[in-house]
Amino acid sequence: MNQILELKNITKRFPGVVANDRISLDVAEGEIHALVGENGSGKSTLMNILYGLYEGDEGEIYVRGEKREISEPRDAINLRIGMVFQHFMLVETLTVAENVILGSEIRQGVRVNYRRAVQEVERLSQEYGLRVDPHAKIADISVGQQQRVEILKALYRGAEILILDEPTAVLTPQEVEELVRVMANLKAQGTTIIFITHKIKEVLVASDRVTVLRRGKKVGTKVTAKTNEPELAEMMVGRSVLLRVEKTPAEPQSAVFAAENLAVEDERGSLRVKGIGLEVRAGEVLGIAGVEGNGQSQLVEAIAGLMPVKQGRLFLNGQDITRATPLQRKRKGLGYVPEDRQRRGLILEYTVADNLVLGLHGEPPFVRYRFLRHDRAIQRNAEELVESYDIRPPQPNYLAQSLSGGNQQKVVVAREFTRTPKLLVCAQPTRGVDVGAIEFIHQQIIAQRDRGVAVLLVSAELDEILSLSDRIAVMYNGEIAAAMEARDATEKKLGFIMLGGRPEDFREEREEGVLDEV
Amino acid sequence: MMDVFAFLFSTTVLAAAVRMATPLIFASLGGLFSERAGIINIALEGIMLTGAFSAMLVTSFVGNPWVGLVGAVITGAMMALIHAVVCIRYHANHVVSGTAINIFAGGLTVFLLRLVFNVAGTSPAVARIPAVRLPLVADIPWIGPVLGQQNIMVYVAVALVFVSWFVLFKTVWGLRLRSVGEHPKAADTVGVNVFVMRYTALALSGALAGLGGAYLSIAHLSRFGDQMTAGRGFIALAAMIFGKWNPIGAMGAALFFGYADALQMRLQEVGIPSQFVSMLPYVLTMVALAGFIGRATPPKALGKPYTKE
Amino acid sequence: MKFDFKTLDYTAIAAPFISVVLALLVGSLFILLAGSNPWEAYRVLFTESFGSMDAFALTLQRATPLVFTGLAVAFAFRCGLFNIGAEGQLYMGGLAAVWVGLTFTTLPSYIHIPFAILAAAVLGGLWAAIPGILKAKLGVHEVINTIMLNFIAFYLTDFFVIGPLHGGRAGPETARIVESARLTRLMPPSRVTTALYIALIAAVVVYIILFRTKLGYEIRAVGLNAAAAQYGGINVAKNIVLAMMISGGLAGLAGAEQILGLHTRFIQRFSPDLGFMGIAVALLGRSHPFGVILAAILFGALNAGGAAMDRLTDVPRELIVIIQALIIFFVAADQLVRRFLKRRRAA
Repeated sequence: MNQILELKNITKRFPGVVANDRISLDVAEGEIHALVGENGSGKSTLMNILYGLYEGDEGEIYVRGEKREISEPRDAINLRIGMVFQHFMLVETLTVAENVILGSEIRQGVRVNYRRAVQEVERLSQEYGLRVDPHAKIADISVGQQQRVEILKALYRGAEILILDEPTAVLTPQEVEELVRVMANLKAQGTTIIFITHKIKEVLVASDRVTVLRRGKKVGTKVTAKTNEPELAEMMVGRSVLLRVEKTPAEPQSAVFAAENLAVEDERGSLRVKGIGLEVRAGEVLGIAGVEGNGQSQLVEAIAGLMPVKQGRLFLNGQDITRATPLQRKRKGLGYVPEDRQRRGLILEYTVADNLVLGLHGEPPFVRYRFLRHDRAIQRNAEELVESYDIRPPQPNYLAQSLSGGNQQKVVVAREFTRTPKLLVCAQPTRGVDVGAIEFIHQQIIAQRDRGVAVLLVSAELDEILSLSDRIAVMYNGEIAAAMEARDATEKKLGFIMLGGRPEDFREEREEGVLDEV
Repeated sequence: MMDVFAFLFSTTVLAAAVRMATPLIFASLGGLFSERAGIINIALEGIMLTGAFSAMLVTSFVGNPWVGLVGAVITGAMMALIHAVVCIRYHANHVVSGTAINIFAGGLTVFLLRLVFNVAGTSPAVARIPAVRLPLVADIPWIGPVLGQQNIMVYVAVALVFVSWFVLFKTVWGLRLRSVGEHPKAADTVGVNVFVMRYTALALSGALAGLGGAYLSIAHLSRFGDQMTAGRGFIALAAMIFGKWNPIGAMGAALFFGYADALQMRLQEVGIPSQFVSMLPYVLTMVALAGFIGRATPPKALGKPYTKE
Repeated sequence: MKFDFKTLDYTAIAAPFISVVLALLVGSLFILLAGSNPWEAYRVLFTESFGSMDAFALTLQRATPLVFTGLAVAFAFRCGLFNIGAEGQLYMGGLAAVWVGLTFTTLPSYIHIPFAILAAAVLGGLWAAIPGILKAKLGVHEVINTIMLNFIAFYLTDFFVIGPLHGGRAGPETARIVESARLTRLMPPSRVTTALYIALIAAVVVYIILFRTKLGYEIRAVGLNAAAAQYGGINVAKNIVLAMMISGGLAGLAGAEQILGLHTRFIQRFSPDLGFMGIAVALLGRSHPFGVILAAILFGALNAGGAAMDRLTDVPRELIVIIQALIIFFVAADQLVRRFLKRRRAA
C-alpha cells in the first residue's frame, strides 16, 4: 500500500509541557488509522499541526511523498487534507448547504448560487452515504447530523485525507454505528481516514491500524486485527510510578451521601449523566475513575448544586438536597473542590485571604453586625491556613492570580477541607499541580477520611484513584460501568473498563510481547 | 370613526412618517451591517451627527449637495473605522468606544462649526438635495403624495434597504459577514478573514449612518444645527433590534417609529401629550428584547473580540 | 489595616494619568487647528479652574454631580454591569426631588431636604431596577435597556415639566422649590452647596460598602467571576438587581443636587450629559470611589476652565468635550495594554 502521509519526529512544546515529543507516524493510502491516547497524550495537538492550526517546533511532514509546509488550514486544504473538529465549526443560523460552501462558495457573479450548492451537497450525500437535509438550519438538526455536515464540508473541499477529532464523543450509540458505516463508505471511495479517540472499542471495530500515544510520546503502532483491548489499554495507560499514600484501612460508617437514578443534561441539552446511583459512607473514599467527558463534570456540578438535575434525587445525611441552592448545600456540610479552579473555585482578582472565605464570607466570624466584614478574623483565618497548608508565597494579601497552579489549588483545598464538611466532593484535585503539592493534597484527603468525612473523589488519573480510594466505581458514557472494592482493582482492569470494555470481558492475562511496529 | 381614521392616517401624517423614518432607515442599515459582523455600534448617533455636519460643510464650500453626500459617506466611514480599530485591534469594550465616539462627535461638530462659520447653534443655509415628483404615483389619491412626492434620498433609502437585503442574504460577501458575526472561529477555519470583514462592515456601517445624518442637514432641512440628530441614532438602534437585524424588518420598524414621530405632532393638536407617543419606540424595543415579540436574538458573537490562536 | 505596598498595582494608578496626558496632547492638535497656542490655552484652562478660590469653587461645583454619576456607573461596573442609564436615573431623581420640593411647604429644612434627597435616590434606584431585573431574570443585556430608559425618562420628565408641574412662567420649567428644600451655599457667590459634602460622604459610603461589607464582597465577586460567585453560594440574580438599584440611587442623587442645589427648579433637559460624563469619570477613576472623586474634579476643572478659555482665547469650549472623549478612548484602549502586562506576569 502506498504511504500517503508521513509525520517525522514532530515535536511541539507549550509552556511547561512537551505536547508532542518526536512523534513519527505513517499513514497508508485508503486506510482507516486510529490515533488513541488519554487526555493530554498529545493526539489533538499532533493533528492540529497536520491541519495547520499549530506549527510544530521540530519535525517534518510528507504528503504523498513530498515534503510540505503546512502553516495554516488553507495549506492543508490545498493538500486535500480535511479536519472535522470535536467542537463543530458550524454557524447555527445558516443552513447545511450554506455551512458546507462557506469560504469556497459556488458563485454566480456576486451571488451565491444556492441551487448549485444544494445540488452539490446532495451529490456528495449520495456518493458517500451521508444523509442530511441541505436546507435545514444547523440549529435544528441533531448532533449526529451536524457531524455529517462537518464531514461534507471537508469532502466538498476535495479532502482525500480526513482527520476526525474525537468523532464519537458527542454521539449516541446508534449515531456511532452510523458513523462507522459512513467511514466504511468513505474508505470505499478511496478516502484515507485518521480518527482520534480514547475509546478502544471503536478502534477495534472501525480501524485498520492503530497508533497509541502516551504523554506526548508514541508508544507503538499495531495492526488492529492483530491486537486486542487489554493490550491497547495497557499501551495507553501504561505503568507509571504509583504515588501510594500511607494509610490505614478505612472504617466506614453509615451512608452520608446518596444519589438515586441521577440524570443530568449539559448546557446544550444532551444527556450526560444517564441515571446513576451512588452511595458514599462516612470515613471512606469513593473514587470515580473515568476518562474525562463521560459525564463526570456534570455529575459533580449537579451534586454541588451548580447544574440542574433533570431526573433523580440527591441525599445528604438523609435530607433531600435535590433542589437546594449551593449555599444551602454548603450549610448542610457539602464541601466541593471543583475541577476548574480558575473558573469555579477562585476569584483570581481577589486576595488569597478573600478567596479563603468564599462561601463562608457571610457568616460569623467573618462578619460583624450582620453585614460588616470582619477584616481581622479574615486575616487571621488566612494566616492560619496559609501556614497549615503551606501556601506559597505565604502572603494572604497577594492576589490569587499571582500564585502558581499548585498553590492556587491548595487555597481551594484549604478552604473546603477546614470547614469540616460531612461530604467532600473533589474533582480532578491535582490537575496541573506540581508533585510536592500533589502529595500534600493526597495526604489531606486521607486525613479527612480518617476524621470521618465521606469523600467522593472524581479523577482521570488512575494512580490517584488507586492510591486514595477505598471503593472504586468507573464512569463510562454517563453510567457507572463497574464498582468494586479497591483491593479488587488493578490498573489494567480499570483502564480496560474506562475505555469501554465490559467488566466481564476482562481477563488477567499478561502479555510479555514486544511492541510490534508494522 | 372615519374621522379618527382620517386623523390618524391622513396624507400629511403618512407623508411626514416617511420623512421621519428616512434617517432612521439609513442609520439602522448601518447598525445592521456592523452588528451582523459582531461589532456593537452604539456610535450611530455620533456618526450621524458627523455625517450631517460634513454634508453641510462640504456643500457650503462646493455648492453642490451631491458632493456633500460624498463628504458624509467618507467622514462617516472614517468615524466608524476609529471605532473599528479601537474595538478590533485594541479589544476595547464596544459600548465604551461607541459612547466615546458619540461624545467626540458632539464636541467636534460644534467645535468646527464655530471655527469655520463663527456661529454657535446653527450653520448658514446650504443647498439641498431636491425632492422629486413621480408622475403616475403622485397622482394616486391619498397615498400618492406619500409615496410619489418625497425627497430623492427617501427613495435612495428604500432602495438601499432592498440592496442591503440582497447583499446580506444572497451574496457571497453577505454569507461570510453573517458567519463572522455568529461564529468567527468557524469562518476563520474555512479561510474567511474575520478582521477584514469586520473593518469593511464597519466602514459600510459608517457610510450608511453618515448618509442618514446627511439627510437631516441637506435634504430634510438645509442647514446643520447643534445636536440635530436628537437621539435618532438610538432610535435607529432600536429599529434594528425591533426588526431583528433584518433590513426589511428594520425598515418596517423605522417606518413605525417615524409614524409615531409624525403622529405626536398631530396628537398635540388634540391635547394628547406628545411625550407618551415619543416614548413608544423605546418602550417597544424593551418589550422586544424581553422576548415578548418572539426572540430578538442578536448575532451570537456580538460584542466579543476575536483572537486568532 | 496595614497598607501593603507589594499588593498595590502601580500600572493601575499610572495608566489613567498617562491617558489624560495623551488626551491633552492630541487635544493640542485641535487647539492648533483653532489657530491658538496650546500652551496658552492650557494655561488659561488651568488658572481658570484651579488658579483662584473662585475658579476652584467653580470646579468643585461642576465636579459635584459628576461624583454622583461617576459613583453610580462605577458601582455598576463593579458588578460587571454597564449602566448607561445614569442620565435617565438622574432625571427621575430630579423629578422626585422637585416634586418633594414643591409639594411640601411646611416642613423644616432638616426634614425637607433629607426627604427630597431620599425620594430622589429611591426613584433613581427603582428606575435602574428595571433593567436590573430584566437582566437578572431574563438575561437581557442592560446596555440597550438603560439607553431606552434614558429616553423614556427624558420624555416623562418633559411631560411633567411642561404639564402638571409647570411653573406658570414662560419657559419649560417648574416653579422654584420652597426655600426649606434648597441646599445651603457653602461659599457664595459660587454655587457650591452642601451637596459637595454629601458627594464626598457618598464616596466614602460606597467605599465602605464595596470593600468592607458582605454585600460589596458579593457584588464584586459577581462582577469578577460570576461562576465562582455562584459556587461560593452567592445569589447572582439578587446581587445584580441590588447593584443596579444602588447605582440608580446614586445617579438619582446627582439629579437631587442639580435641583435642590444648583437650579432650585426643574428645567427641561437641564443635564449637560452628566450621566454620560459619569461613564468617563468612572472609567478614568478605575471604578474606585476615590479615583472617581479625583476624576470628577478633573472633569469639573475641564468644564469650569473651558468656559473661561472660550472667552479668553479663540478656542471654542467644545474642545473640552473633545478632550473628554479622547480620555475615554485612551482609557479604553489602555485597558488592553494593562491587561496584556498582567497576563504576562501571571504566566
